[in-house]
Amino acid sequence: MSTTIPAGMREMTYREAAREGLHEALTRDERVFLMGEDVGRYGGSYAVSLGFLEEFGPERIRDTPLSESAFVGAGIGAAIGGMRPIVEVMTVNFSLLAADQIINTAATYLHMSGGQINVPLVIRMATGGGLQLAAQHSHSLENLYAHVPGLKVLTPATVEDVRGMLATALADPDPVLIFEHILLYNRKGLLAADAGAVDIHRARIRRAGTQVSLITYGGSLWKCLEAAELLEQQGIDAEVLDLRTLRPLDDEAIMATVTRTRRVVIVDEGWRSGGISAEITARIHEQAFYELDVPVQRVCAAEVPIPYAKQLEDAALPQVADIVAAAGRLVKGND
Amino acid sequence: MTTIAYQGEIRFCRYLDAAGQPVGELPDWAGKPDTLVEYYRQMTLARQFDTKAIALQRTGQLGTYPSLLGGEAIDIPTASLMDDEDVLVPYYRNHAMQVMRGCDWRDVLLYWGGDERGSASPALRQDLPNCVPIATQCLHACGVAAAFRIRGEKRVAVTLCGDGATSKGDFLEALNVAGTWQLPLVFIVNNNQWAISVPRAMQCGAPTLAQKAIGAGIRGEQVDGNDVIAVHEAVALALERARGGKGPSLIEAVSYRLSDHTTADDATRYRSSDELRAGWEHEPVKRLRNFLHGRGWWNEEQEQAWQADISRRVQQAVDAYLATAPDDPGAMFDHLYAELPASLEAQREQVRARAAARAARREQD
Ligand SMILES: Cc1ncc(C[n+]2csc(CCOP(=O)(O)OP(=O)(O)O)c2C)c(N)n1
Ligand SMILES: [Mg+2]
Repeated sequence: MSTTIPAGMREMTYREAAREGLHEALTRDERVFLMGEDVGRYGGSYAVSLGFLEEFGPERIRDTPLSESAFVGAGIGAAIGGMRPIVEVMTVNFSLLAADQIINTAATYLHMSGGQINVPLVIRMATGGGLQLAAQHSHSLENLYAHVPGLKVLTPATVEDVRGMLATALADPDPVLIFEHILLYNRKGLLAADAGAVDIHRARIRRAGTQVSLITYGGSLWKCLEAAELLEQQGIDAEVLDLRTLRPLDDEAIMATVTRTRRVVIVDEGWRSGGISAEITARIHEQAFYELDVPVQRVCAAEVPIPYAKQLEDAALPQVADIVAAAGRLVKGND
Repeated sequence: MTTIAYQGEIRFCRYLDAAGQPVGELPDWAGKPDTLVEYYRQMTLARQFDTKAIALQRTGQLGTYPSLLGGEAIDIPTASLMDDEDVLVPYYRNHAMQVMRGCDWRDVLLYWGGDERGSASPALRQDLPNCVPIATQCLHACGVAAAFRIRGEKRVAVTLCGDGATSKGDFLEALNVAGTWQLPLVFIVNNNQWAISVPRAMQCGAPTLAQKAIGAGIRGEQVDGNDVIAVHEAVALALERARGGKGPSLIEAVSYRLSDHTTADDATRYRSSDELRAGWEHEPVKRLRNFLHGRGWWNEEQEQAWQADISRRVQQAVDAYLATAPDDPGAMFDHLYAELPASLEAQREQVRARAAARAARREQD
């Protein structure tokens, strides 16, 4: 990789970009406030809000009692009450303690009020494995929320998206969940000096190719891009599609890449059975079956609670070599 | 006209002050050395182990580890007073209790070293495993205790959690269920003043956590969690009542988290060194040692011999831990179902094959 930074760009980590997005939101709109466990003095579990308590004060940077159900529920109320709360849940695993609030209420109140009550709530949470946090701390459950009508589910993979999706989510009248993969926080990327809000309804091609499509999102994007490099060395030209948003899915972009390459590997860190990759596969079969040369393949996590031991965790999660092997089989097996 | 519909109070119990001096009359059993000397031995062993575990983590030989420092006077008497047939429903700081109930220190290290065979100790067979989602286990304890009650067994479930956990719905729901069903259950809250970076005052507006028991219609009391005699008294009574069909109790043991939250934390970022220093002035081990010295039940010579003995024991556990060969990746499927469905058998083979291929590549390099 080149070390020079192009004119008009800045290099920063995903964490710094998330932080800038939050900072901008808090500065721009007085209705915005942040709450969750350890977001104040501690600066957030993944240090995204470090220093905010001093800058914005305890009313707007609220350390809450230890209860996901309490602060997500209060977030719903505050959103209805005219504020623009950003709720931080430490990890998707603990969002399950607030699943009732999110699924039964945030997602339904617009419907249940006959269109009168919007819930403009934004919930951010970390997701994914890879840091040896074991079975109750390493899930990728964004797929579960993508199942729920009434919610929007964003999975920013780049610095531009993690910074810019927040503003768009806050402007959205519906509840929006933002999933930040734990392995991305320290990852560096380039951001335009004038970066701002980005759209949250389009997938993006992160690498153009002609022979096989790697469809993915979030933390797995970078594994797919690495796999594409390795595939190129084998003479295979892979396209990488970053979904960016899991609900609603950008069917148009998915079918366009299928039509271009005729071969698909879907990569996602969730469990295979009933996962988002199964949904994408079904849509491809419904909408672009005759464009396919070979059956769709999936690279997902092994269907076990994510193990604690490093060598087991590595073996359970999708790795670059698995993606290369799956894509290679599709292309070579068909030559 | 109004009348008083209910009036409750929460009592605070302490027998030894910070210097280890009795502040009143001691219970009979504390008039003899046996129990207290044994508590002292176990507390110092736990502390040595803890120091070692942190050293291992700092040198990259252990995963993230939650220190038990400052909780010794809660865990040791509680584990000691429980019967073998009772069930412990722990949280993540209770490894000393698991060891008192027969687990090996090596297994504790294995677990926090990221090797889940550490959870396979036969001593943990009837107790529940560590639960990461905070306070979730309190409800499991209700179910365990309900099972005892339904079968008419004289067994008790004991569950522990932190001060932060008392804010969770699960905790309050568990108190409520226990009170309604009058379960043989003891709740112990280790109020160590912090939930990661969130201080006790930001968890709850009530002056004590024990008073949450009042709303659930169960006994609640507060004890000095740095005073092993006070904890012993409270736990012994709660166990006796539960066993005798007199219902559940909530004990708030007021302590201080002398460590970081875990080894992944740096508490200097959010709490003052003055506060920590004050915490050390009240710590439980020194308090008990002073008391034992004062009675002539323990001396410097015994101390040195004992410290040498436990160093050896801790080192043995460390050696056994470090000598354990890594697990086979296929093992991640071993304990998923009583019998693995065929569809997952294929995934297991895939995982094994990939691991073998990786190992072969490493050999080549
Ligand atoms: C449901 C849930 N939310 C958040 C967390 C993250 N977390 C782990 S420990 C902890 C603080 C717990 O504090 P406390 O209950 O006082 O116990 P202590 O660690 O102080 O002994 C938090 C918030 C979690 N494990 N589970
Ligand atoms: Mg605590």
